[in-house]
Amino acid sequence: MTEPQDKSRRKFVAGAAVAGAGLGVAALAPGLHLIEVAGAAPQAPRAAGEPAPSTVRWGMLIDTTKCATGCDKCVTACHTENGINETVQDVRQGSQWIRKIDLKDPKNGRTHSLPMMCQHCEKPPCVDVCPTGASMKRADGIVLVDRHICIGCRYCMMACPYKARSFVHQPLTAQNPEVPRGLGCVESCTFCVHRVDKGLQPACVEACPERAMLFGDLNDPTSEIAKRLAQEPATQVRADLKLNVGVRYKGI
Amino acid sequence: MRLEKNSRSEELLFYALVGVGALVTAVGLAAALYMEHAGHVVTGMNNQVVWGMPHVFAIFLIVAASGVLNVASIGSVFGKAVYKPRAPLSGLLALVMLAAGLMVIMLDLGRADRLVVAMTHFNPTSVFGWNVILYPGFFAIVGLYLWTLMDRKMNPYYKPAGLAAFVWRLILTTGTGSIFGFLVARQAYQSAVIAPMFIIMSFAWGLAVFMIVQKSMYAWNGMTLHPAVRSRMKNLLGTFVAAVFYFVLVYHLTNIYYAKETAFERFILLEGGIFPSLFWGGWLFLGTIVPLLLIYVPDLNQLRGSVFAAAVLVVVGAFCLLYVFIIGGQVYPLDIFPGMEVTSSFMDGQIDHYRPSWPEILLGLGGIGLAFTATAIGVRVLKFLPEDDLAKLESAGHMLD
Amino acid sequence: MKAAALALLLALASAAALAGAPKPALKIENPGQCIAPTEEMRKNHMEMLKHQRDRTLRQGIRGEKASLNGCIECHASKATGSVLGKGGFCQECHAYAAVKLDCWDCHQPKAGFKHAGAVGVKP
Repeated sequence: MTEPQDKSRRKFVAGAAVAGAGLGVAALAPGLHLIEVAGAAPQAPRAAGEPAPSTVRWGMLIDTTKCATGCDKCVTACHTENGINETVQDVRQGSQWIRKIDLKDPKNGRTHSLPMMCQHCEKPPCVDVCPTGASMKRADGIVLVDRHICIGCRYCMMACPYKARSFVHQPLTAQNPEVPRGLGCVESCTFCVHRVDKGLQPACVEACPERAMLFGDLNDPTSEIAKRLAQEPATQVRADLKLNVGVRYKGI
Repeated sequence: MRLEKNSRSEELLFYALVGVGALVTAVGLAAALYMEHAGHVVTGMNNQVVWGMPHVFAIFLIVAASGVLNVASIGSVFGKAVYKPRAPLSGLLALVMLAAGLMVIMLDLGRADRLVVAMTHFNPTSVFGWNVILYPGFFAIVGLYLWTLMDRKMNPYYKPAGLAAFVWRLILTTGTGSIFGFLVARQAYQSAVIAPMFIIMSFAWGLAVFMIVQKSMYAWNGMTLHPAVRSRMKNLLGTFVAAVFYFVLVYHLTNIYYAKETAFERFILLEGGIFPSLFWGGWLFLGTIVPLLLIYVPDLNQLRGSVFAAAVLVVVGAFCLLYVFIIGGQVYPLDIFPGMEVTSSFMDGQIDHYRPSWPEILLGLGGIGLAFTATAIGVRVLKFLPEDDLAKLESAGHMLD
Repeated sequence: MKAAALALLLALASAAALAGAPKPALKIENPGQCIAPTEEMRKNHMEMLKHQRDRTLRQGIRGEKASLNGCIECHASKATGSVLGKGGFCQECHAYAAVKLDCWDCHQPKAGFKHAGAVGVKP
């Protein structure tokens, strides 16, 4: 995002040991996760000046048989990555980009645990209802809020069947420079769009100790996620609404 | 005209009332400023109950605004002579109540400072987006209609203007109802009956507001409403109140019939604490049954003030019903995993609790204050008092009841 | 419309200058490193940033020449680390020109900011 164009400037920024923006992450991330996580980086970083391609549809497969009850490492990783660090008196007024839900089937007592976040619908109700067009879907299927034109009406929150959107109830000061967020606007999971554009995985996927989350291009038949979806049964939450969500769950 | 000779004490009382109205409005504006500055953290609203008290007030004002215009429409579009002298007041109330409702809803926005964005960015698939066009259109059409009514030169055009206003207000209330009717996410909404239900609600609530204002203006000027006119308007109010009852009944009956909604209905009608109380006690008893008795029981409806009391109770019932519909519909958990027992850190599978905070309530009251103040000034400076030609009414007496 | 607003702004600004309001004392931390000549930046930075923000957010175009974070990294005060506050690169001039900015309601005004405290929303 902030990658400088000319060399002199690049040298200056690096020299000043600036940790923010692309440079810092590039320096921190090497190897560690990219080797371990199946499928490694979903793709090469997009070249500067290239728009998000409409040939790609980002999606996620969550294996609830692996997701551990009581584990919330994905939630913590999300909060760290996206600078969700404000303290709130009332948890219901705090931002919930991703939350853990525990399910119990009353018929047979089977339990599941799973992370719930923006499902990045192909036909997102939040985008339909937004009066200004702030709620939007990028060409590669990532659903975002354009905070520059969000007026904070919360109609998208009324419309989201997954309760995936949060309204920022208080002034913020400690944002991650790459993840702007602030008072009076609605926000939700971005699939860590700033990381995806650099060829990295979303923070939650990287953080999952059980490797229960898989991120990739649903449109690419050679991708790990597409292959697994072709072989294993996976469900869409609230499939009755026919929103064709980008996040699929296995085992519920 | 009686209005022109005002005693000094009457003058003082008028300024005192306007002062109180302006003060209530100012307090509402201050509350909005505080919410804007501190954030919605100072309200009872949260990420589950995203719309709160301001929306109850705003939706009442907006729905009643379109309904109050019916009084004029009955005169212009349906040609009922009794309603014609009431058309200007009806138009004025429609304008001020819509303005007040919009003020409340705009000031509750997370970014109220971006009103310009709301006007310049338009998403054609958004019901809210449609309303952004419908509201200014309403102002324009009703303004034009008022002009045809109050300016002799423009008088020949009052019929088409009245028809346009009538059609526009039906579309507008359909838009307001559809804000909820098109929501698939929450159990309480997503129903085709909501838009027509809102229209009939607007009929009842708008007429009730009109009758309250009319009675107050008559009392102020030491006049009494002609019994035939009173009888007509009270019967119309009774019809509308009964029709609202019918639509609310159908809305809940369909929900009860659908297995997926029965748990929600059990909550909202039986087990949900404040919500069943407001529904049965507030809306059904106070806001429907008592007004209908006051209107239709002969011994009661002849009592002085009985029709006025009925109209006030209809408004009380309206607020109860909207609170149940808007807040009750949101505190009930979303059915994300049907058939499963759900728990999470964020109210999944649990009933949320909402307590309106003072800033929210004051902002809502500020809207009422604005509507009151603007009406008081409007009826003072222009000729809005509905004056019946008594001789004409008497001669047509047999047509009235 | 925009031209008129700009003209009005300039008129106001020069009126303020005539009235004796102190000129903003801007410190350029890294002279000569900017993406465009000073005059062009003064005149057009808002347009550059606005177009870039829409392209980046709505189309996903990264690595553009103009970028708010780029401004911040270069222009943040060495003393405070920020483009805001007294003498802050953005605030100093915007306060003088009386143009309100809402960038900072959401964007981080400090260069290389990393949150140090406890992480996560605590109930």
